[in-house]
Amino acid sequence: MQRFANPTRFMRMANAVLPWCAALTVVLIAAGLYLGLVRSPADYQQGETVRIMYVHVPSAWMALFIYASIAMASATALIWKHPLADLIARASAPVGAGFTLICLITGSLWGKPMWGTWWVWDARLTSVLILFFLYLGYIALNNAFDDPTRGARAAAVLALVGAVNLPIIKFSVDWWNTLHQPASLTRLDAPAIHSSMLWPLLAMAVGFTLFYVTVLIFRLRSEIVAAKIRNLRLVQIGG
Amino acid sequence: MTAALRQLVLRDLRLALRQGADAVMVVMFFVITVSLFPLGIGPELNVLARISAGVIWVTALLATMLSLDRIFQHDYEDGSLELMILAPVPLEAVVLAKVAAHWLVTGLPLIVAAPLLAVLMNMPAEGFATLLVAMLLGTPTSSLIGAVGAALTLGARRGGVLVSLLVLPLYVPLLIFGVAAVDGAITGLGVRPHLLILGAMLAAALPLATWAAAAALRQSQT
Amino acid sequence: MRALCYIGGRFQGEPGIMSQSFSGHDLTCIRGERVVFAGLGFEVAAGGALILTGPNGSGKSSLLRLMAGLLQPEAGEMRRDGADVADDPAVHRSSLHYVGHKDAVKPVLSAAENLAFWAAMRGAAGAIETSLDALGLERLADVPARFLSAGETRRLSLARLVASPAPLWLLDEPTVVLDARAVRLLAGLIARHRAEGGMVVAATHTELGLGDETRLELADFARPHQPALGAAAL
Repeated sequence: MQRFANPTRFMRMANAVLPWCAALTVVLIAAGLYLGLVRSPADYQQGETVRIMYVHVPSAWMALFIYASIAMASATALIWKHPLADLIARASAPVGAGFTLICLITGSLWGKPMWGTWWVWDARLTSVLILFFLYLGYIALNNAFDDPTRGARAAAVLALVGAVNLPIIKFSVDWWNTLHQPASLTRLDAPAIHSSMLWPLLAMAVGFTLFYVTVLIFRLRSEIVAAKIRNLRLVQIGG
Repeated sequence: MTAALRQLVLRDLRLALRQGADAVMVVMFFVITVSLFPLGIGPELNVLARISAGVIWVTALLATMLSLDRIFQHDYEDGSLELMILAPVPLEAVVLAKVAAHWLVTGLPLIVAAPLLAVLMNMPAEGFATLLVAMLLGTPTSSLIGAVGAALTLGARRGGVLVSLLVLPLYVPLLIFGVAAVDGAITGLGVRPHLLILGAMLAAALPLATWAAAAALRQSQT
Repeated sequence: MRALCYIGGRFQGEPGIMSQSFSGHDLTCIRGERVVFAGLGFEVAAGGALILTGPNGSGKSSLLRLMAGLLQPEAGEMRRDGADVADDPAVHRSSLHYVGHKDAVKPVLSAAENLAFWAAMRGAAGAIETSLDALGLERLADVPARFLSAGETRRLSLARLVASPAPLWLLDEPTVVLDARAVRLLAGLIARHRAEGGMVVAATHTELGLGDETRLELADFARPHQPALGAAAL
């Protein structure tokens, strides 16, 4: 753990990994899109619209995965006071919020041909919507203080509270949905997975994860540079 | 220690009483907001009956949220919070005492006002008792969760708006089961599981929210 | 619990006030992203007084908050009677008084109610009247604190020192709004506290006329505008 604590060493490693990550991201997402949009068969029920799944489902995974990463980084920051963990949590949040938003928009696009309306209070979409609100609260709290370390610590506590609450929210939304489920609706389930659909899905999921890592490295780099600039200013004031 | 905590609850109650109006204002917000719904939706009695539980719960949670800044904000501003952190009493216990006082001043009046609003919203009579029990179990949880939000936003810019952004998504489970309990009573589908889950949420929030709020208070001093 | 934590101290004067020593070693404090001071050490013995001096921003308040446990040192340690404060911060907290810039006085409560509450929070009951007496506030006991002047409010805040005894006093600019008579009262209280074996650390620009205090110049430990975040690494 301590090996990664040193920002300089971390940056050296990150810079070495970055080109590979970026290249693999492009390759995997391109392959996933090709397999998903061109090679895979249309669904016999949903037709061509099923292809939205190749963006929608991996984004939903990323939305959850990144929130979990933030919670873990926050726990690390709170327990071991690790400066890099704070930066990772902070830098991940907008990416996670972005994936959550993509998931919501594609879900809504998928819903239009299937249900004839842009938004349906489907249990999954509703849970993702609340996850989006949690992301927004996290980002807002992180930026609400004049002292960035104070904001990072408050946001870390919030991330943990949110992580504990997320399963409870998911459970209650599912319960709520079964209570209010109108019988006529088709559920927005991923159809039974055939291998011709599995491969593009996996390629997209790994591609999205690498995209997250790439953006994370970029953002960490700029956060560390920003800290350096603030420090140089302080030295300058000191004369 | 218990003596110290009793003094803390009494002091917060006394402050609320002498500063007056605070509790009254929360209840007034509750009543006025609920009475806007028939004006917005229309006075059809069956529609009102259908949405009564939801409207009352949503408004009660909003009213709680509006009163959250009273838990810690003044003590943070005038230095009392520093002394409470330094007092030879666990900070978690201080949080519990302050949440208890907050609930007595805001949660309890909301519960008292709820039946009146249920009448205004034409809620079927079968729902009344369950509404009271559900609120009795749910409002302490909303005060506890709210205390975390209030503690996290101490010293933040625009803390008041921010706290709603943090707290409202966390209120979702409370809202769902609070309303489901009342609907269950009205439709005769049973209320027991919903009330049990509300009780479980309270039992879980007691240690977790107390810990999180205390952690947030400690780091508010840096 | 109280008895246990003072086992190492000499018993002197009234119960509750027992002498110990308080020291800090190689302390570093970071606020925001700035190193306020580094490598700071201090020592107060039983009956001792330590006066913190230094220009604005040199970290007098930060050091006092660090001593109280409101802030955590980035490096270094503090010892109470030889034992590391970080091992049992609760015991340390229970045996100190911190009087900061803010008075923690509620305007709608009377002076006596304000004081009684803080005494109760520290587990002390009674002695409210004598404590108000000691700060010359006896006539104002039942007056709501919103009618008190700034100096009277500050005296009410200082009355906490008397209402619940604690061996270590940490005072941040205690004299700022006090008139000459009140400063003399405070000096008298400090002298009595020290005679009983208590310790005082104060940041002040006013001469308290203690005579034999130790002084700590914070400018000597300042790291003006040194960046904090992994500074060496960056």
